[in-house]
Amino acid sequence: MRDSRGMRAFFQVGGIVFALALTTVVLVASKAPPFAAYLNIALGAFGSWEVFSNVLVSWVPLLLATSGLLLTFTVGLWNIGIEGQITFGAIFATWAMRSLQGGGTDPAFVIMLSILAGALGGILWAMLAGALKTFGGVNEIFGGLGLNFVATAVNLWLIFGPWKRPGIASMSGTVPFDKALWLPTLTAQSRLSPSSIAIAVAGIVLVYVLISGTHFGLRLKAVGRNPRAAYLLGIPTWQYMMTSFAICGAFAGLAGAIQVTAVYHRLIPSISSGYGYLGMMVAMLVNYRAALAAPVALFFAALNVGSIQLPIVLKLDSSLAGVLQGTLVLFVLLAQGAREFFARKGGKR
Amino acid sequence: MRKINRFILVLFLAAVSTVAFGQSSNFTFGLLMVGPYNDHGWSQANYDATQYVVAKTPGTQMIYLDKVNPADRPGTTASQLAESLVAKGAKLVIFSSDDMSDEAVKFAQAHPDIFVIMSSGDQVWKDGKNAKNIPNMVNIMGRMEYGKMIAGVAAAITTQTGQIAYLGPLANDETRRLASSVYLGAKYAWTKYLNRDISKLKFKVTWIGYWFNIPGVTSDPTQVADDFFNSGYDVVVSGIDTTEAVTEAVKYAAQGKRVWAIPYDYVDAIKEGNAVSLGVPYFNWGPAYVSAIKSAMTGKWTSHFEWNGPDWKNINNPDTSAVGFNRGSVLSKPAAAGVDKFIAELSKGLNLWKGPIVLQDGTTYLKDGVAATDQQIWYLPQLLQGIEGQSVSK
Repeated sequence: MRDSRGMRAFFQVGGIVFALALTTVVLVASKAPPFAAYLNIALGAFGSWEVFSNVLVSWVPLLLATSGLLLTFTVGLWNIGIEGQITFGAIFATWAMRSLQGGGTDPAFVIMLSILAGALGGILWAMLAGALKTFGGVNEIFGGLGLNFVATAVNLWLIFGPWKRPGIASMSGTVPFDKALWLPTLTAQSRLSPSSIAIAVAGIVLVYVLISGTHFGLRLKAVGRNPRAAYLLGIPTWQYMMTSFAICGAFAGLAGAIQVTAVYHRLIPSISSGYGYLGMMVAMLVNYRAALAAPVALFFAALNVGSIQLPIVLKLDSSLAGVLQGTLVLFVLLAQGAREFFARKGGKR
Repeated sequence: MRKINRFILVLFLAAVSTVAFGQSSNFTFGLLMVGPYNDHGWSQANYDATQYVVAKTPGTQMIYLDKVNPADRPGTTASQLAESLVAKGAKLVIFSSDDMSDEAVKFAQAHPDIFVIMSSGDQVWKDGKNAKNIPNMVNIMGRMEYGKMIAGVAAAITTQTGQIAYLGPLANDETRRLASSVYLGAKYAWTKYLNRDISKLKFKVTWIGYWFNIPGVTSDPTQVADDFFNSGYDVVVSGIDTTEAVTEAVKYAAQGKRVWAIPYDYVDAIKEGNAVSLGVPYFNWGPAYVSAIKSAMTGKWTSHFEWNGPDWKNINNPDTSAVGFNRGSVLSKPAAAGVDKFIAELSKGLNLWKGPIVLQDGTTYLKDGVAATDQQIWYLPQLLQGIEGQSVSK
């Protein structure tokens, strides 16, 4: 059996069909009408400009996280610490905002500096994970997980401690920023910020060009495929790993800053919103190809937003979207494995 | 082929009709809950109240979203979710948690044509600290201080070790005044009914960090309750929205320990552990919600704040009392008699929020004989003297 383009498509479509079939079984088992459930998710995501703009609001941080992860995956690293990097981006953005607000500085300048501070926060936290990996020999998965917990703890400490609301520490977060410091939206009623869309699109284009059109990207791939061989060929492997960590951290930090300046307008305990983990699923689903990241991230964001309709209309738990996302990744990965198995078998023959 | 086409058409129409439901109702209102709708706590008390509204107010229909918190619904905001309810026809939205207050204000200001009930908040309380002019918003809260005082009486008469614990959510104005109310009730029963020295009563508060357990974020309420029972506290009064205090008491009672618990929020929360539950102070939101929704339907809506007390004729009357105390079958005869006596005294004007009241740091809050104003109770700055535990989060 040859590993042709048609065969790849066949296995990928097969994986998606299996995932849908399993989710449908879950729906039928819970006595829910599958067709109505899927239709409600679709209408909840694409039924009007208002709901679609909510999808785009969710798409921006997810795409930014995915963009960063594509680089670390390319160099062979599982940057599971991305959740903490998003959180630190949000913390740095909030810190900049709190330091500059009310001081007479131009609001646009304050917002810009906060977003840049967010990127810096993400870079620093990612570099820490990179340093643990490079100089401490700590696997990036364990180091990243540990740093995620530390980031959450720091975030909570700030919300309940130094940055708490006057007299009241609240899980609803810090005091909201002045309206002038919210990232401008399309209209007064809209949540969608054109500048955040521009940042996300620029980010994925940059990653696409970096990976597929530059010498840097080629070297990243070389390190990812075989670090030892890359090193022997003269590629400074640890520097490339640290650089990919730093760029991923910048993207994660931007995602955190956008959560603060465009979505919640304050720092909240779950500010990362799980976009880091979701971004990993998107990156795996697209098999680490940047060209597919934007549409698949949009699909995941649509599932998240559209599934809100399930409890409203059908009294179903909206975690069904998570079931579908998880099974999609699982079955597409299984399908990839099956394709490679058959391709190898075909090659031997 | 035609049959298949017809079948698909029928399925499509059925789905579309399901999607479009609610459009034909006279008055659709929506409810946002912070926890699961069936949590046997705060969220369920609100959910059941909206079912009461539908039963008592012809022409109304209810839609809801539960688990409205950033941990369960990442990337969403309460105002965005409220808009989802409006898109399904809701003309009024109930934001049923203090944690949604920023988003409720944002939503109410952005949608002046939609009525908003912000439960447990003070945003439109003219005499409050945070008064805002939001014509389409009403604040509703029950005077749970009474329920908590009654719980304190039941706990004080029941405890064998003289140690009562309070499993608190997070420290804020509301939770401080509720924990302090339990203490005031316990202190009253301990000194007046049992004639014991107040220095022999230990009362400890531990805050878990939120209204319910969020693994990795809050302290685990199960663990906190266990710590209480293992360190001599034999009655745990719950201030959180879920029932860990009761479930852990059941576990320890099964091991032969004489321990009890007092859950919170929901009238049937004692059913989680009938053998250990002394009773539950609960909210009955239904009557206030009916009144607010009827005023919206009839054009008589006015923005206001209401803080509703019990109906002293019968604090468990579902049609008239905003808070109640559902006593457990395990409540001893002396404790039940104490509770009855205390309720009778309250109904005749007994006021425990009266000086001398001293704060935890030794500051006199109310001089001898001075009754607290509503504002002094609502915005209690610290726990009271005699309570062990943090007054503010650190």
